[in-house]
Amino acid sequence: MSAADPGAWLVWLVMSPLIAAILVFLVPRIAFGIACANALCTTALALAVLDRVAEGPVRYALGGWGAPLGIDLYADPLTGVMLVGASFVLLATTFYAPGYLAQARIDALYWPLVLILQAALNALFLAADIFNIYVTLELLGLSAVGLVALADRTRAIAAALRYLLASLVASLAYLLGVAILYHSHGVLDLVALADSATGTPATWAALGLMTTGLAIKGALFPMHFWLPGAHSYAPAPVSALLSALVVKAPFYVLLRLWLGPFFDAPPEVGDLLGVLGVAAIIWGSVQALRQDRLKLLIAYSTVAQIGFLFLFFPLVKAHTIVQGITLLMLAHALAKAAMFLAAGNIIHYLGHDRIHDLHRVAKELPLTLAAFGIGGVCIIGLPPSGNFIAKWLLIEAAFDSGEWGWAVVVVTGSLLSAAYVFRVIGHAFTLDDVPEAGNRVARPMVWTAFLLSLVALTLGLFAAPLLEVISMPVAGTADAMGIFP
Amino acid sequence: MSLAQALPLLILASSLLPGLVIFVLPERSRGARTTLNIGGAVVKLGLVIWMVGQSVQGVHYEFRASLLPGLDMVVRSSALGLFFVGLSALLWLVTTVYAIGYLEDSPHRSRFFGFFSICVTATAGAALAGNLLTFLAFYELLTLATYPLVVHRGTDEARHAGRVYLAYTIGGGALVTIGTFWLYSITGTLEFEPGGIVAPFVDGRARVLSAIFVLLVAGIGVKAALVPLHGWLPTAMIAPAPVSALLHAVAVVKVGAFGLIRVIFSTYGIEVATGLGLAQGLAVVAAITILFGSLRALAQTNLKRLLAYSTVSQLSYIALGVSLGVPVAAAGGIVHLVHQGLMKITLFFVAGNLAETLGIHEIRDMRGVGRRMPWTMAAFTLCAFGMIGTPPMAGFVTKWYLGVGAIEAGASWVVWVLVASSLLNAAYFLPILRIVWFDDPRGDWPQERNFGGAETSLMLLLPTLFTAAAALAVGLFASLPYSPLEWARLIATRQYAP
Repeated sequence: MSAADPGAWLVWLVMSPLIAAILVFLVPRIAFGIACANALCTTALALAVLDRVAEGPVRYALGGWGAPLGIDLYADPLTGVMLVGASFVLLATTFYAPGYLAQARIDALYWPLVLILQAALNALFLAADIFNIYVTLELLGLSAVGLVALADRTRAIAAALRYLLASLVASLAYLLGVAILYHSHGVLDLVALADSATGTPATWAALGLMTTGLAIKGALFPMHFWLPGAHSYAPAPVSALLSALVVKAPFYVLLRLWLGPFFDAPPEVGDLLGVLGVAAIIWGSVQALRQDRLKLLIAYSTVAQIGFLFLFFPLVKAHTIVQGITLLMLAHALAKAAMFLAAGNIIHYLGHDRIHDLHRVAKELPLTLAAFGIGGVCIIGLPPSGNFIAKWLLIEAAFDSGEWGWAVVVVTGSLLSAAYVFRVIGHAFTLDDVPEAGNRVARPMVWTAFLLSLVALTLGLFAAPLLEVISMPVAGTADAMGIFP
Repeated sequence: MSLAQALPLLILASSLLPGLVIFVLPERSRGARTTLNIGGAVVKLGLVIWMVGQSVQGVHYEFRASLLPGLDMVVRSSALGLFFVGLSALLWLVTTVYAIGYLEDSPHRSRFFGFFSICVTATAGAALAGNLLTFLAFYELLTLATYPLVVHRGTDEARHAGRVYLAYTIGGGALVTIGTFWLYSITGTLEFEPGGIVAPFVDGRARVLSAIFVLLVAGIGVKAALVPLHGWLPTAMIAPAPVSALLHAVAVVKVGAFGLIRVIFSTYGIEVATGLGLAQGLAVVAAITILFGSLRALAQTNLKRLLAYSTVSQLSYIALGVSLGVPVAAAGGIVHLVHQGLMKITLFFVAGNLAETLGIHEIRDMRGVGRRMPWTMAAFTLCAFGMIGTPPMAGFVTKWYLGVGAIEAGASWVVWVLVASSLLNAAYFLPILRIVWFDDPRGDWPQERNFGGAETSLMLLLPTLFTAAAALAVGLFASLPYSPLEWARLIATRQYAP
C-alpha cells in the first residue's frame, strides 16, 4: 500500500480523523493543532480523490479481502464531490471553533466527537455496501447527538434526545430494509444489488423501509420535527456541520440507492417524495418567515432546502438531474455553513440571536452580516452562486422530462427563500445611534464565516469543470441503467 | 489573457474593486474614500472612451467564461452596449461628485459608496452583457446592490420602501429567470444577435414564444416601471437624492428599458416581435404608461414623487420607440436612453439641492425659490422644458423622431398620445416654473443652510449645471457626427439591415 495508491487515499480519509480523535482524547492540550493537521490533510486527500475519480471510479478492498467477505471502499465522482464539500466545511469549522468554544465554555469533548463525526461521514461516502452504510449512519447519528448535547442548556439536551430517538427509529427501519434485501438477494454490495434487485416484492418492501428511515434522518417534511431544535440549540460550529453535512448523508445514501437498486422504482413513489419535497419547501419557508430567532430561521431554511433535494426523485430519469442535485448539495452545504457561523458570531457578540436586534451588530460586525447576506443570496439561488447553476439544472431537468410543474416549484421556492433572507437583512439597516457593546468576536471567527460565504458565492464560476466530472458515468450504479448517454 | 478579453473585465473592475475596498474603510477616512470613488469613476470613463474609440475602428472586445455546458458568461462590446455603458460611466462620475457633496457628515458613508459602486458595476455589466443569461445575472446583482441604497436612511419608511422594492424586483427577476430557462430550452442559445435568435424556431411555436416574450417583458418591465408594475418607483423616492438620481437616470429603470430593447432587438428580433403581434402589444402598454404616469404626476404635491411619476411616463418613450417597428422610431427610443437620463438626473439633482440647502420637499414651498437659487432653478427650467418637448432641448428630438416614426409605421394614434403627454407634461411643469420665478419668495425657508456667497455647495451645483448643459447640448447638436442621436440612428438602422 504505497502513498501514490488511490486506494490508500480512501483509507486515510477515514483513518486520519479516527487517529486524530484518539490523539485529541489522550492529549487534549494540543487538540486544536491535531484537528488543524487532520483537516488540512483530509482536504488535500479529498481533492486528490476528486481529481483521480475524474478518470474513473476507484475501488479498494480493505485488507485485501474484498466483497462479499471483506469491506470495500468505493469512490466515484459523486463521492469525490461529497468528500471535498465535507472537508471544506470541516476545515472552516475547525478554524472557527476555538474562539466559539472558549466563550461558550464547552468542554474538550467537542474535538473527539467532531473527529469521529468526520470519520463516520467519510466512511459513509466511501461505503460500497448497504450494511456498512448502516454502521456509518449509526456512528454519524450518535456523534451528532453528542455534539448537540454539548450546548449546556436544558433545551439543547431535550432537542438532542429527540434527535437521538428519531435517529434510532430511522436506523431500525433502514436496517430492516437491509435485512430484507440481503435475505432475498444474498448480496449487500450496491453494484451487485443494482444488477440483481429488480422489481421483486421484497425489493419494494425494502425500498419503503429504507426510504422512510433515510427520510427521517434526512428530515424530509413531515419527518423534520427533530431538526429545528437540534440544529438551532447546538453550538454554532455544530449547527453548521449538522445543516451542511449530516443531513446530506442520508440523502446521499438515498441517491445511491435510487441510482442503483431502486432505479426502476414505481414513478408514483418518486412523485410522492417530490410532493413531500414541495411541502417541505413551503412549510420550511413559512416557518422560517415566522421565527424571531436567527438560528431557528436558518434551521427552518434547511428544512426548505432539503425539500429542493427531494425533487430529485420525480425527475430521476432526466438527463441533468444528478449534476444539479449534487451541485445543490455542495452549494447548500457551503452557504448554510457560512450562515450558521455568521449567526454564531452574532450570538457571541450579543449573547442572543433575536432578529429584531440585529442592527446593533451592524457597526461592529459588518463582515459577519455580509457573510450572512452572501450566504442568503446563495440560498435564494441568485447568480453567480452554485445554487443558481444547480437550480438551473433542476429546471432544465423539469423541462426535459416535460414536467414543468417542478420548475415552477423551484422558482416559487426561491422566491420564498428571498422573503425570509431579506426579512433578516432588512433589520440590519434599521437606524440606530447607540450600537450595543458586546463581546469581542475573534478574527478567525469573522473571517472563516466570510470566506466560506465567498466560496459559496463564486462556486457557480467554477461549476463547469465540476459538472464535467459529475457527468462522468457513475459507474456500477446508473450507467448500467443507461441514463447517462 | 489578451487586452481584447481583459478590457470588458477592467471596465467592470474599475467600479467593483474601489467599491469593495471602500466597504472596509473606516468611516472617518474621507480622503481615501473620495480618492477611490473619483479615481474609479475617472478610470472607468477613460476605459469606456478608449473602448468606444477602438470599437469605432472595428476592434471587438469580448470576454467569455463557461458557466454550464453550452452556456457562457459573456461581456463584450456592442454598439448598443457601448452606448449605454458610455452614458452610465459619464453619469456615474457626475453623481459620485454630487453624492460626496450631498452625504457630507452623514453616517454610514462607506456602506453607501460601497453599494453605490457595486450598483454601477451591475449596470455596466448589464450594458456589456453578451447574452440573456449574463444580462440576468447583472440584473439580479443590481437588485441586490440597490436595496441597501433604498433603505439607507434606516427609517421605518425607508425599510418599507425597501420591502416594496424587493417584492417587485425579486418577483420580476423570477419571471425573467423562468422566461430565460424556457427560451433556452427551445433555442439552445441565449446570445444577443442583431436580428434576434428565435426566428428559426417560430414555426409551430408562436404561442409558446409569445408566452416567453410576455414573461420576459413583464419581468424586465418591473424595473422599466411599465404600468401596472411601476408601484415600487414612487415609493423608492425615500432614498437619498443621489440614489434617486442614479436610479432614475442610469441604473435601475434604465437597465429595465435597456433590457426591453435587448429582448426586442437582440433576442426576438424586431421582425419576429412584430410578426407575432408582440411589439404592437408592448407599444400599447407603453402608451398607456406614458399617459398614466403623466396623469399621476399632475396630482402630486411632493417634488420627488412628481419626478418619479414623470420618470414612469418618460421611460416608456423608449419602449414605445423600439416597439413601433420602424428605424426612425427606434432611433428616437434608443436616444431617449441618454436624453431622459441627462434631463432626469438634473431634475433630481435640483430636488436634492432644494432639500439640502433650504429643506424644501413640497412643491408649495418652492415659491420664489428662483431668486434664492437662480442657477439651480435655471437648470431645472431647462430640463422641465426638455421634458415637455420644446425645441431645441433633447426631449424635443426624441418626440420628433417618435412622431415621424409613428406616422411612418402607420400608427397615427401614437402621435395623439405624444401630443396628450406633452400637454400633460406642460400642465405639471409650467405651474411649478410659474411659482418658482414669478411668485414672491416666502420670508423663511423650511431649513436653510448657509454656504457663504454661493447659493449652495459647489459640489452640488456644478454637477447639476453640467448635466443641464449636456441635456441642452445633445439637443442643440443632435445632428453632428458622434452625437447620441447619430449613434442611436446607427444602432437602429443595423437592427433593420437585411
